[in-house]
Amino acid sequence: MPAYTRTAIVLHWLIALLICVALPMGLAMQELALSPLKLKLYAWHKWLGVTVFLLAVLRVLWRATHAAPPEPETMPPWQRTAARLAHGALYALLLLIPLSGWLMSSAKGFQTVYLGVLPLPDLLAKDEALGKLLALVHEQLNHVLLALVIVHVAAAVKHHRVDRDDVLVRMLPWLKH
Amino acid sequence: MTQPIARRSRAPTPALLAFCLFAALPAQAVEYAVLKPEASKISFVSRQMGVPVEGGFKRFGAQLSFDPAKPATSRTWIEIDLTSVDAGSREANEEVMGRNWFDTRPFPTARFESTALKALGGNRFEARGRLTVKGRVKEISAPFTFTESAGKGLFVGAFTFKRLEFGIGAGPWGDTDTVADEVQVKFQITAAPR
Repeated sequence: MPAYTRTAIVLHWLIALLICVALPMGLAMQELALSPLKLKLYAWHKWLGVTVFLLAVLRVLWRATHAAPPEPETMPPWQRTAARLAHGALYALLLLIPLSGWLMSSAKGFQTVYLGVLPLPDLLAKDEALGKLLALVHEQLNHVLLALVIVHVAAAVKHHRVDRDDVLVRMLPWLKH
Repeated sequence: MTQPIARRSRAPTPALLAFCLFAALPAQAVEYAVLKPEASKISFVSRQMGVPVEGGFKRFGAQLSFDPAKPATSRTWIEIDLTSVDAGSREANEEVMGRNWFDTRPFPTARFESTALKALGGNRFEARGRLTVKGRVKEISAPFTFTESAGKGLFVGAFTFKRLEFGIGAGPWGDTDTVADEVQVKFQITAAPR
């Protein structure tokens, strides 16, 4: 049975885990009053975002050089097209969301310093209006990501439970019995 | 030494003043005394989670008496309106004026008063003096360069301000892993001859 490579599987679940932390953190931290905790959460959120970006770059490069296993024969063509589009959009969001966050941070006048030691360049000068716009872009891209992830998970469960094919198992080999 | 600096005026005649302003007078004859706020700037860089964050003060006053040829006789005071702080964001400005930080209601200003000034060679000098912030007084020293151009004097320098020595950022903000104790204060003061 064709499966994803171990590298692709590790990257997939690592990125999924980091998003599961970074996304709720991003939602919660903006509601806090200014405090040391808030500054810490913002820093950690940015570090997670940079990490997701780096892992996503690796993932895309890996995917470009290692073909994904083909869809099951039983999948109707429209579902194959939908799956390819959704996966493409997910890859794009894994790159665009951290990028929009980094640019937003620069426009708001706060440099991103990865892990507190590696300063990333500020591509944008401080600009309050642009900062607000990029915050909106960052937020809306996350809404799209959240919606796509829900569809992605629902589709995986449907393949496993309803279609009873190997689509979920090839990304989650421990599930196999 | 305790008398206010500006009043120790040499009262130049208008003709002499015009001469000072428009003639290429030898440097030692000029005493720089009048602050030009529009060409002056006091800013600071704090470190938050390793991130340098720029801030500044929009309003400050100063009285100077500086003759580059006789630095030892120079005297200066600078007073900063702490409510004019720009700490990087609106949220930060409100926080920084609050009780844990500057506590601007009882302590609206910070003040530096020089006690000694010495030449370090070339256009470099060092000012020592008393810095008063939030009711606490500490001795500090700030190296600076002095350059003259277009009839004005430009003082550019910096010093490290240890915020916790002045009780700035008390309570939960005392954690220096989040906001570093050391804040770089930079000044760029333009003064015209009296």
